[in-house]
Amino acid sequence: MRSSNQLLKLRSVAITALVMLGIALVAYELPGILDKKVLNPEQHLTTVIWVGSVYSLFALGYALVFSILGVLNLSHSAVFMWGGYIGVMSVIRYNVPIYYTLPLAMLGGGIIGVLVDLIAFAPLRRRNAPRISQLISSLGASAVLVSLAQLEFGTSPERFPRTTLKELPYEATVARPYSIDWLGAEFRITPLQVSIVFIAFALMLLLQYLVARTKTGKAMRVVAFNQKVAGLLSISVGGIFRLTFFIAGALAGAAGVLYAFAYPSLTPFTGDEMALKGLTVIVLGGLGSIRGAVLGGLLVAAFEVYATAIGYSWLKDALPFAALFLILLFRPQGLLGEATVKRA
Amino acid sequence: MDFISDTLASVGLNEFVITLMFVNAILAMSIYLTLYGGMFSLANAGFMAIGSYVSVILTQNHGWPFFPAILAGMVAAGLIAIPIGLPVLRLRDIYLAIATIGFVEITRIMILNFDKIIAEVYTRLNIDTEPPKITNGPLGIIGIPVETKLEYLVGTVIILSYFMIRMHRSRFGRALAAIRQDENVAASQGINVVYYKNVAFILGAMIAGLGGGFSGHLSRIIQPGSYGFGTAVDILAYSVLGGITSWYGPILGGLALTALPEVLRPLKEYTGLINGVVLLIFIAYLPGGLGDPALWRSVRKTFNRLVNFINKGKTADAGA
Repeated sequence: MRSSNQLLKLRSVAITALVMLGIALVAYELPGILDKKVLNPEQHLTTVIWVGSVYSLFALGYALVFSILGVLNLSHSAVFMWGGYIGVMSVIRYNVPIYYTLPLAMLGGGIIGVLVDLIAFAPLRRRNAPRISQLISSLGASAVLVSLAQLEFGTSPERFPRTTLKELPYEATVARPYSIDWLGAEFRITPLQVSIVFIAFALMLLLQYLVARTKTGKAMRVVAFNQKVAGLLSISVGGIFRLTFFIAGALAGAAGVLYAFAYPSLTPFTGDEMALKGLTVIVLGGLGSIRGAVLGGLLVAAFEVYATAIGYSWLKDALPFAALFLILLFRPQGLLGEATVKRA
Repeated sequence: MDFISDTLASVGLNEFVITLMFVNAILAMSIYLTLYGGMFSLANAGFMAIGSYVSVILTQNHGWPFFPAILAGMVAAGLIAIPIGLPVLRLRDIYLAIATIGFVEITRIMILNFDKIIAEVYTRLNIDTEPPKITNGPLGIIGIPVETKLEYLVGTVIILSYFMIRMHRSRFGRALAAIRQDENVAASQGINVVYYKNVAFILGAMIAGLGGGFSGHLSRIIQPGSYGFGTAVDILAYSVLGGITSWYGPILGGLALTALPEVLRPLKEYTGLINGVVLLIFIAYLPGGLGDPALWRSVRKTFNRLVNFINKGKTADAGA
């Protein structure tokens, strides 16, 4: 058992490495292939990494809920949007120091996540409703959250005030050039973007640790495997569900704040496009797989960045879906997912 | 008749809204067919877009009459469904749903950039003539005359309903029901699973194309933005809220869910909120949907009990 697990791990590492290598190769070979000039491949690579890390962080919540409950939570994108608003509005309205926005948004996102579970999922779960119904009810929850945001914040785009961003240490919003001599690579990046990548990956590692190494994580995996068995083992199934939604919501909230830091336009409809992107991310990587979500986020970001870089920006949205289509046809379990045994 | 239409208009259901309600009822019926076969396909928004664009382009640019154009849109949707259905229908559950969402979005983006693609092809092939503008990008096709009439839609719904009722008892319908309950068992009974699934998918696509053609000739303007993920999930919501245990469920769902925001219109900025809340309440407290036979039985029972109660009261009064 152990050796097969290690094999799986090895395989997923290998696939990840291959895909990353592919992304990097494409970055360098693209100009030659298409006979178009692409400015500075390293620059695009850095963009892929920091945009991709936000996508991955967002998609992780999706993946987590899917792996534990087996349902798609379409309100996840609304929680993401709310996370962004909690961060931005706490600064604008209450002058909260900017460092506190991340924990605030995570807490808020988590609470909203639990509320969504209580209102939209728990009643349906209680009577064993089909998954389609749960999907629709999460859609209803999403509609409610979006219209609440519309009522509270209006529809004009919001952003962190420029002055507060300027007060960040190291002039965090100013792009500065870096170069790696032995690679001959040059790129510009802001300290803010670097910290976004670090925060995102730290949260992802934390989640991976929680699920893989702690007792709670073990309980979560048991619930995902079989709820009845979990009940027999005196695991509080409802509690695990609420915890799952809290964590997923907190991750969405964190992604929302990081998104708000990166892009100066937050509207109640920001979540809508992320909903689809997140879906693509988790399918590409493998539904319900944490490592897969990280890889998928980077892949989707790569598609977007490179499509724009070669001057086909209209392909930006089509490419991830084309990839999704192909992945589903040839490897439905996703790049890093494990095939499930088919039972009659 | 005037009295009825006036009353409906007073709650926000004018003729346009009622026509739209029936268009959405047709769309809801299109997804019922695949759901009846246990296929969780969300592709119908894409087929709706195809039907809509094909029929509108035919009437606007090529001077086709209304009905042949609508039928052509329907056939086009059906034809495109064949190569899509064959590979995609091997997937199940959520995977099928996501793959079909991918199809919907790709269709939308293709329509959005159709002129650009044509222009690119022209330059690659060194064709000197000016590339034609067909779908007109994000602005869409505007100034389409309204040709969809309520009578046509009601007629279509009745014909489709007849078709659905007959379908349940037919070899085709029973095969689909068997596939829904267990694909492997159905296959072991000699049912050609791939064939029946694809036929259901194609028929559903054709109905969606028909609905798309009607909707294209209803709102004066068609834009690729109105056929995306949101529409796909809306169509699913119609049929799920209406109930997928009966053929009339999706019709009820389509009618009710389209009417709901219009009826709530006087609430102004709270419309969206209340709409979502009602959706949540519906799904939480009506497990079988609006068209659930059990729900209507219990409603009738309660109603009878109420009538009996009132009648008893009357006789008691008379006795006293």
